[in-house]
Amino acid sequence: MQILRSLLFRLASTAVTLVGVAVIVFFVIRVVPGDPIAMMLPPGATDEDIARLTALYGLDKSIPEQFFIWAGGVLQGDFGTSITARRPVLDLVLGRLPATLELSIMALVIAVILGGVAALTGTRERGTKVEAGIDVANGMALSVPDFLWALILILLFGVAWPVFHISGRVTPSLDLPFVTNFYLFESLVRLRFDLWADIVSHMFMPALALAIPLAAIIGQLLKQSLKETMHLDYVTLARTKGYGENHVIIREALPNAILPTLTLVGVQFTFLIGGTVIIERLFSYEGLGNMAIDAVINRDLPLIQGIVILFAVLFTVVNLVVDLTYALLNPRLRNA
Amino acid sequence: MSYLRISELTVNIAGTSTRLLRDVSLTVQAGEVHGLVGESGAGKSMIGKAVLGTLPRAIEIVSGAIELDGADLLKLSPAEHRKRLGQSCALIPQDPLTALNPSRRIGPQITDRLTDILGWDAKRARDRANELLEEVQIPDPQRVLRSYPHELSGGMRQRILIASAFAAEPKLIVADEPTTALDVTVQKQILKLIKDMQQRHDTALLFVTHDLGVVSKICQSLSVLYAGMVVEATGVRSFFREPAHAYSRALLAATPKYTDPEASLTPVPEEVIAAVKAEVDAADAGSRHG
Repeated sequence: MQILRSLLFRLASTAVTLVGVAVIVFFVIRVVPGDPIAMMLPPGATDEDIARLTALYGLDKSIPEQFFIWAGGVLQGDFGTSITARRPVLDLVLGRLPATLELSIMALVIAVILGGVAALTGTRERGTKVEAGIDVANGMALSVPDFLWALILILLFGVAWPVFHISGRVTPSLDLPFVTNFYLFESLVRLRFDLWADIVSHMFMPALALAIPLAAIIGQLLKQSLKETMHLDYVTLARTKGYGENHVIIREALPNAILPTLTLVGVQFTFLIGGTVIIERLFSYEGLGNMAIDAVINRDLPLIQGIVILFAVLFTVVNLVVDLTYALLNPRLRNA
Repeated sequence: MSYLRISELTVNIAGTSTRLLRDVSLTVQAGEVHGLVGESGAGKSMIGKAVLGTLPRAIEIVSGAIELDGADLLKLSPAEHRKRLGQSCALIPQDPLTALNPSRRIGPQITDRLTDILGWDAKRARDRANELLEEVQIPDPQRVLRSYPHELSGGMRQRILIASAFAAEPKLIVADEPTTALDVTVQKQILKLIKDMQQRHDTALLFVTHDLGVVSKICQSLSVLYAGMVVEATGVRSFFREPAHAYSRALLAATPKYTDPEASLTPVPEEVIAAVKAEVDAADAGSRHG
């Protein structure tokens, strides 16, 4: 009963959030200067042509009127038609979503591994030069933004020592047998490790660039809460049972210390997804972010709306997953 | 024969000359309960921590020996040291509310030492845990073993911690103020439980406390500490009958009596403190020149 009620509350608040996002985006992109129709027509088009095209896209009506027409469509699963691509927005957006999801999740995995190793090593070697070294590395990772890391990585592993691909999602000449757009996942399922290696080699650098700042945050916060946990009585008690440092850190301290980190990772992961916009552009990676920039440049209003709504849905889903995981890991919340 | 023998143990804050323990020597016979008493900061808990190898990293043992059954623990490698302690010693901690891991069930927290350090199979360890909980009078042990700490009361958790300490039939248990954090009504029961368990299992007990009343009930011998130095080590009977050291006498006089609570609340007199401090300084000077 309790669970059902909190779930319903959750869904309701999500709906309010999404409506808010939809309203703001819709009005803002119509108020800022720039005319989509002018972008479409060649110079020297007649006023008649402009009027016809404006009417065709419904841009001659008032903005509130346009909003309700668009919102009515959205409720029926119709997000409108892209002005530049002339295809349904939903198809375009869902086609690109897998690429961005795979990139974000790979970045998250890298960040958790790097940050986790840094935190565990730093805790084990607390008070030594090793911990000081980890702190310095964390500080550097945090103070350089992800797009700068992207440029550094391109210079290092794309130019100076070219081991990874610096552009695209997959080598274009390869023959892809995929039926979904989850290339990374599907290549694994089909056991096509040659393709998988090619995709990873394209994805690794953008994912790493996104991951580095998050890894630093995870490393710093997790190390801090691990070190605090190491002083607690149950950790001391475990030591007297004859357990060594590694066991005590991983089995006694980590399950408790990880909880505050988890909350933060949820918030930071949504920032990371936001960061894909610029990173995808830098690596010419065919994901949502890259599409979003094109849409803004071309003033493709329906496409911008669709992408923003999708990002908003993604953020709320991430937050929900974090809350559920938190309840799962913390026995005190499990029966609540 | 003595099971635990600490000789001339000196402990400093690492990298400084700040003394925390000064040439502490004491012995605990097999099956004996030895009390460690003193004010807070006198170093009672520090001795327990040194024995169990749980001193913080910022504290170092400068000199001395801690012999367990004739073997000096401080000469063992860290891994051997830990294993040796896990097999033959245990701790009853002070605060039952923080001494159990909140994210693990009770059962594994009792059996982990048996399976991981002593190499028992899981079934035998589970049966043993069950038997122990019955021994400490916990109703419905099966359910308790599956519970998480937050589902149990403080008194229950302290019983579990006591049961867990006796799980591997240790030869020595360090009890670090095991009743201080408890409700007065529960204190008495827990103290009796520890005493019963200790007698039934014939375990030596190093009992850290600041409560002389508790000492009179459970200990056979005791060491009185001041500023990291043993000022008097004697049998309980002779201590209460005729304490040898002025500080011990003052400590005894400071114990409130139920018959006349207000009149008996006398602090340790200034001149006694000054005398003890002078002794400590003299000991320090002696060790520095010698």
